[in-house]
Amino acid sequence: MSVLLFLAQTIRIAIPYLFAAAGGALAERAGIVSLTLEGFMLGGAFGAVLGAHYTGSAWIGLVVGIWWGLMFGAVHAVASIRFKADQIVVGVAINLFAVGITRFFLQLAFGSSSNSPRITGFDSSAGGSAALLANPLVWLGLLVMPALNFVIGRTRFGLRVRAVGEHPQAAASVGVPVNRVRYAAVLASGALAALGGVYLALDQHQFTDSMTAGRGFIALAAVIFGRWHPLRAGLACLLFAGAETLQIQLQTAQLIPSQFVAMIPYALTIVAVAGVVGRSTPPAALGRGAE
Amino acid sequence: MNPRFRLALEEAVLPPFVALVVALVAGDLLIITYGQAPGTVWRVLLEGTWGNAYGFGQVLYKATTLTCTGLAVAVSLRAGLFNIGAEGQLAAGGFGAAFAGLTLPSGTPALIAVPLCVLAALLAGGAVGSVPGVLRAKFGAHEVIVTIMLNFIVLALLNYVVSSRLHVPETLHTPEIRSGTVPRLANLIGAFHGSAANWTIVVVVLAVVAVDWLLFRTRAGYELRAVGLQPPAAEYAGVRVGATWLRALTLSGALAGLGGVNFVLGYKSYYEDGFTGGAGFLGIAVALVGRNHPVGVVLAALFFATLSQGGLAINAMVPKQIVEVLQGIVIIAVATAVPEVRRVLRNAVARRTRGDIAT
Repeated sequence: MSVLLFLAQTIRIAIPYLFAAAGGALAERAGIVSLTLEGFMLGGAFGAVLGAHYTGSAWIGLVVGIWWGLMFGAVHAVASIRFKADQIVVGVAINLFAVGITRFFLQLAFGSSSNSPRITGFDSSAGGSAALLANPLVWLGLLVMPALNFVIGRTRFGLRVRAVGEHPQAAASVGVPVNRVRYAAVLASGALAALGGVYLALDQHQFTDSMTAGRGFIALAAVIFGRWHPLRAGLACLLFAGAETLQIQLQTAQLIPSQFVAMIPYALTIVAVAGVVGRSTPPAALGRGAE
Repeated sequence: MNPRFRLALEEAVLPPFVALVVALVAGDLLIITYGQAPGTVWRVLLEGTWGNAYGFGQVLYKATTLTCTGLAVAVSLRAGLFNIGAEGQLAAGGFGAAFAGLTLPSGTPALIAVPLCVLAALLAGGAVGSVPGVLRAKFGAHEVIVTIMLNFIVLALLNYVVSSRLHVPETLHTPEIRSGTVPRLANLIGAFHGSAANWTIVVVVLAVVAVDWLLFRTRAGYELRAVGLQPPAAEYAGVRVGATWLRALTLSGALAGLGGVNFVLGYKSYYEDGFTGGAGFLGIAVALVGRNHPVGVVLAALFFATLSQGGLAINAMVPKQIVEVLQGIVIIAVATAVPEVRRVLRNAVARRTRGDIAT
């Protein structure tokens, strides 16, 4: 197996994780729990297929996918911020809702309970690794974590995000509009995670029922394993994707059962939160409403 | 009625009703999108569930599993912890029951085999539940993260064991167990014929009574609830908080595991990969709508079981996935209504008391 092929495959698997983990890191740094990534991704994937199917343009698909992510993000934001609902419960509900609503509209729009018709994607005539380079979402995905790192670490908005995630009362006392910052963070997180779903749908050229298949939770694991830091979370995404690639490449060799490789992200995350090596500590005000 | 009790009752009961109204309106809209008449669809849904013995039997069967996972989540929430791992614990419990059933010699009398299989389910679920308990008590690891991650690990592990060690070729289920099966309710009440309702329901009703008694009538339950309300205060009063967390999560896991009995011993007589089908996650909804009270959990389980079975009844008119959408909407609506109703009611009480002082 060539190194280049391994790298290309790893990146291909990592892109959806990178987008979703970026969304997760942003919302969680603002103090809002992100169990919703899976639902956002699924919504984004379905939106992309709707857009691409009816217009024949991958770019319109991209826009519609982001729109779906924003809508789901808005539900999460209004329930969690305006109504101070339990964010964990809302997260579980949005994931359930996303599965149901995409299935319902899959039936309504395409008359199928399993998949949509084939849609167009971003790939060019070039095959293999070269097609990867022609896909704008790949470049965007590789840049998203460094960009988020800059936003969170170096901009006024990023400082406010960190402030409302660590100590909302203190932030409010110096005039930071806590709820507005949190709304912005959750909406952006919806759009970012949706991009992960958009990439998946355009890459596979269709929507299939529950196609995100737990990727949102792997992204969440990457955020936690990366201790809520964008660059570390990005590396965690690449690490998890690399393990998956290795498993796919070695499948014929049957060295380790695939189920054990699939466990790696989850097991590492449990080890990280249990603090055996360098404790992973969440933002101080994570999951708590501002008074 | 004691005004404080009345306030507590209103705070508990109002949100589910708000949610029901929201869900009905949302459901109407979705049904109209699909070009059907809402009234007809709702009627068919009710007739297909509570309107005939088979449908009702299926509702009872589904509610039995949901009561277990709902109780599991409710017990953990009473201790101030959020167990999102019911899905994995339910699967582990089912596997435990099947494994015990397969291990016992085929001639074992039911009087011995059934309790042993049920015990195996409780132990397997409890073992999975104890992991986040230990990690929380010893290392302060957040139980939400641990239980989410553990779900995937447990399901992958069971998938491995079943697909490569214990399965019947060409399937993803274990061989049928020879001893320890629980008979269907149809054996006694003929009208239930064909439905999966079985005697596990009696065990689960006993579990509901036991949990109610434990939570509200025993010292351990009092300590559990005290830890849930205010851990530092409970600790100051001499309660061992870490040990209580561990006990609560282990009990929670065991209760979810008990749900596996319903499918494995009562319905299929084997463990099948993926039999949980989201019943563990729905347990969160059941606990939430049931307001973490054992009686409420039973009612909420019946409600969600009705929705889920009703989806099949209306599938010819509207895609059955509509019930998944409605489940999500009910959960979001209750979750948002709970703090809102509390605020509104408490403000009203505050205004009233201020008025009393003024006059």
